[in-house]
Amino acid sequence: MCGIVGLYLKNEKLHSQLGRLFRPMLIEMTSRGPDSAGVAIYRNPVPEGQIKFSLAHDQIDFDWQSLSDRLSADLQTDSRITPCNTHAVLASAAPEQAIQDWLRQHAPAVRVVGRGNSVEIFKETGLPEHVYARFELEKAQGRHMIGHTRMATESAVTTAGSHPFATGADLCLVHNGSLSNHNRLREALQRRGIRFETQNDSEVAAAYLTHHLQRGLTLKQALEQALDDLDGFYTFCIGTGDGFAVLRDPIACKHAVLAETDDWVAMATEYRAIATLPDANNAKVWEPRPATVYSWGAGSPLNEAAEPSAFATAGVA
Amino acid sequence: MSSLDLNELSLRQINGRLHAAEPGDDNAAWRIENPMGQHAIACGLSRAMSVTVAGNVGFYCGGMNQEAHITIEGHAGVGVAENMMSGQVRVVGNASQSAGATGHGGLLVIEGDASSRCGISMKGIDIVVAGSVGHMSGFMAQKGHLVICGDAGDALGDSIYEAIIYVAGKVDSLGADCIEKPMTEEHRQTLQALLERAGLEKDPDSFRRYGSARKLYNFHIDHAGDY
Repeated sequence: MCGIVGLYLKNEKLHSQLGRLFRPMLIEMTSRGPDSAGVAIYRNPVPEGQIKFSLAHDQIDFDWQSLSDRLSADLQTDSRITPCNTHAVLASAAPEQAIQDWLRQHAPAVRVVGRGNSVEIFKETGLPEHVYARFELEKAQGRHMIGHTRMATESAVTTAGSHPFATGADLCLVHNGSLSNHNRLREALQRRGIRFETQNDSEVAAAYLTHHLQRGLTLKQALEQALDDLDGFYTFCIGTGDGFAVLRDPIACKHAVLAETDDWVAMATEYRAIATLPDANNAKVWEPRPATVYSWGAGSPLNEAAEPSAFATAGVA
Repeated sequence: MSSLDLNELSLRQINGRLHAAEPGDDNAAWRIENPMGQHAIACGLSRAMSVTVAGNVGFYCGGMNQEAHITIEGHAGVGVAENMMSGQVRVVGNASQSAGATGHGGLLVIEGDASSRCGISMKGIDIVVAGSVGHMSGFMAQKGHLVICGDAGDALGDSIYEAIIYVAGKVDSLGADCIEKPMTEEHRQTLQALLERAGLEKDPDSFRRYGSARKLYNFHIDHAGDY
């Protein structure tokens, strides 16, 4: 099972309501995925020269401020940290790789769940409704958001096994389906130096995209390559800094529906997740074709190859 | 016309109300408000009645239908009119995958496009799609008619038995054992009648007919020695 949802607000007047509009979408997918839930929200971009990390720790009372202070002192830079339940968002002017190395050395229990200019990723085990509330997403503002409700089939119900999975700067993936060749693919990617944190099949898909983006492929090229290399069933929604992209496997067993009005574009596993959006009854509604890359966003980065440095710390859970 | 509102009643209550319609209520007209993409709306109806669903529905709407006439004033999710026995289901918008799957009888009309596997394993239902259909439509179709006024995706009629497929537009590819067959006057009349029942004005002469080559499912006497 699993449910995936994405919302892109074309109308700027709605940006202040993003979290409120997205909430029923995610919660409607609870019956498809009551184990855990997660979202990626794109908001509050950091100034040029800074980077934003989404971090997670198992302890809810983890001392994030102290972590940030030590990191700033050691790396001789300014950092700002905003704790939010089991997660925290760190904005820092230090080089990305230096932050990643420092965290690995000094705070190995801290997981990097996302990074980029504007993305923030929050995910936890538990009912989607509870996960949404704990990260105070109802009042979130921004332009777009993707989310996932999980019913685990391939691996354990853990926070690390929850979606979205980061795949690069401001890029992340949510997946509905199951991959049949994830074990061999994981081994092949590990030989190329990609680190894995779980036995999850979707993490392999994220790592696969990361690897090909690192090689210099555009997101569109990487997704088209995935059609050849990933065996199994999937509907992917990929959050990007500017919007989101959707891809279904060539057989298209896993449900997916797209809807668009003048004000918004939405994707979901089932239409009922879209039905609560304003004027949904009059939206253009259609089913994405198999093996076809769809994307939305202002100046979509689908066709741009990123600098290799953009993936210095990619492949994170 | 009686109105049933999914904002006020549960799906189970609404379907229960429709199932409980007494024989004297035959041909009663119902309108279901606020479907909000919910699943299994107006499923398992077994009497002649008219049901209009005012909006987009989720999966399996009108499934197992007998005798009732159901109109969906919107788009339909997976498996609309699945295993329909008789009656009629009309989708004013698009339909998702497996529309009319395993249907034994009745008429399913889709005024928009249908997605993949339309009419999969159909067993006597008639399906008329005003738009196009996705890949693997008519897969293992055994009986009935699948009329496609637009185009058909890959592997049309794969492993087809004795259902008949009519397509006006282009066919991306035919599935295993599915071939084009000549349109005879008898087929033209059958198609004309189906288009009229569906309320579509389309020239039967613009269609091609496809069916089984009967090489895959029939025992071939020349192969007797192979066993």
